[in-house]
Amino acid sequence: MPEFTLKIRRYLPESGEAPYWQDYTVDLEGHRSVLEGILTARAEQDGTIGIRCSCRAAICGSCGVRINGRAALACKTHLEEALESSQADGEIVVEPMGNMPVLKDLIVDMDAVHWKKIQRVTPWLLPEGPPPEREYVVPHEAMVDVTQSMACIQCGACVSDCLSMEVDSDFIGPAALAKAYRFVGDPRDGQHEERLKDLSEDPAGIYDCTHCFNCIEACPKGVAPMNQIMRLRRMAGDDYEIVDRNNGHRHEQAFTSLVRDNGILWEAELLPRSYGGDSFFGKFAPAAGLELADSLPAIVRALMRRKVTPMGALRPHKIPKEDREQVERIYERVEGRDERLELNLYITGFEDEDEPAGETESQAAAESQGSSA
Amino acid sequence: MKVAYWPGCVSRGFTPELHGAMAKVAPLLDIELVELDRANCCGAGVIAEHNQELADTLNARTFALAHRTDGAMMMNICSTCQGSQSECQQRLDANGDYRELINDNLRPDGLQYERGVTNKNFLLVLVEDIGLDELASRVKRPLEDLRVGPFYGCYIVRPRDRLGIGSDLPRDTYLHRLIEALGGTVIDYAGMYKCCGFPIITMNKEASLRQAGTHLGDAVDAEADCLVTPCPLCHLNLDLQQPLAERVVGRDLGMPVLHLPQLVGLALGLEPKQLGMSRHVVKPTSVIDWSESVVAGV
Repeated sequence: MPEFTLKIRRYLPESGEAPYWQDYTVDLEGHRSVLEGILTARAEQDGTIGIRCSCRAAICGSCGVRINGRAALACKTHLEEALESSQADGEIVVEPMGNMPVLKDLIVDMDAVHWKKIQRVTPWLLPEGPPPEREYVVPHEAMVDVTQSMACIQCGACVSDCLSMEVDSDFIGPAALAKAYRFVGDPRDGQHEERLKDLSEDPAGIYDCTHCFNCIEACPKGVAPMNQIMRLRRMAGDDYEIVDRNNGHRHEQAFTSLVRDNGILWEAELLPRSYGGDSFFGKFAPAAGLELADSLPAIVRALMRRKVTPMGALRPHKIPKEDREQVERIYERVEGRDERLELNLYITGFEDEDEPAGETESQAAAESQGSSA
Repeated sequence: MKVAYWPGCVSRGFTPELHGAMAKVAPLLDIELVELDRANCCGAGVIAEHNQELADTLNARTFALAHRTDGAMMMNICSTCQGSQSECQQRLDANGDYRELINDNLRPDGLQYERGVTNKNFLLVLVEDIGLDELASRVKRPLEDLRVGPFYGCYIVRPRDRLGIGSDLPRDTYLHRLIEALGGTVIDYAGMYKCCGFPIITMNKEASLRQAGTHLGDAVDAEADCLVTPCPLCHLNLDLQQPLAERVVGRDLGMPVLHLPQLVGLALGLEPKQLGMSRHVVKPTSVIDWSESVVAGV
């Protein structure tokens, strides 16, 4: 049977000792899971290894750990697959999840971070009016729409790898915001606007997500929390026109209209408008002035180095007139629809007639790369 | 090799040195740049956040224009363009009805999106189409003794399935392999795959600059001479905002950040000034010193 070496991070906070690494070599088939590897090491070599687990079938969400630096369910990761992604000389590196305090070895304090944040978004239905005599009738499409966020098993993998939370521990975070979408997208809930206003105005809310895709990568269930956060932003900004104090909606409005007017982005105008409001006069608003003053060290150096010239900042780059008109027509047509259209590939899947072109391209690239190497 | 070249908005705005460096490097690699000067902004994820159909239509328009360039491959010099255009392309390619609907938006202007447009960042073109062996054979001034930290940026490494990254196509190692092929020393540091923080610079400036400052600090601690990035938006937060990031993390950084074509250009024999490095907010002193020491050594 093949051998696998697990390099496990050990830590017992109350011991007063620093964390350390310990290697365990286990004899197991490659298709067995990293969790089985850890449990085998614990049963046969060292009963003191701390790991939390239950179902061993990727449904309870207990055994979230970091494997080779990325959050995953230990029970859903094959040993051979983990070895392949290892950067550490044939060792599978297993650590506790990030962004949460360690209780012991691979066990983190989910209550202190994950569950606290879940509670923050009022994770239950708040229906309006008296309950119906019989069951609530919900259109099928509406339920399908929230299934993606309902697939969450609360394992905390996305929280572990969230790069915004890494620098701002207040950030409500991917799991809780995906949970928030589950209620904002549910027609039975009567507090959509209140929920969205709350999450837009909170400096640690939907506009604190840095759009890094790490939660999408980490999630073992395809919830794509970042996509749910973007849907919350779309609804907050465009359905309810919530102008938040974090500049989230103003930024999106300014960006979108500058591209409509010029075809490409005019950054020198985007920044002041994001603070001061989406119009020519935005840059004269007090908020834009304050921001300008705060950024002076960077602005002065950019001007000195001729990175930005005063004329370049005052005059937008534009695409040719005919093309600007095309772009404007596209805006008119799309924004003139009664209802916004969205395609969620989680629900619709890919066409089965043939492979998506993207994949075929990658394969072709892999082949050409092989031949040139 | 002819490419339908999409420079993006930022390389014509706040990072003009990027567009300039690419124009200088392309002929040295026999790349013919046919600029898509009629194409529009990719939306950088922000337009999609406002209206997905709008972002998909705008990018379908760009792809349709690229397709007209004798069917040449489309090449971008911005990871963020790569990521947001790939996201739209994934939806366009995944569903025929949806594609038809988007094409209805383009039809009045005589444009149509057809599946099969290849769109690659310069980094991917270098490794997959030019080849690192070929590139290495053109190196005039190997980056010997230059310690370079890769900064990938989110949009070119995540999500892996959409970007076609896997063990058969390790696109998330290309920057490492490229630095090696140019003769430089790769410096690994904690932040090399993390987010520069730029997307929230107007929403949570403190958190945004803390991200940039932390990664720059990690690179300083790992004793890198400079960083290199294929993303001009990362460059804005790492270079233009570096003085402010220093304030947030409370330490001096002084870490030069190069655009990908600048690093390639250096190895191909161009001078830092020709590559627009004098326009960076953080003066790349270590890189200039290095290039002068190489000249002195010859």
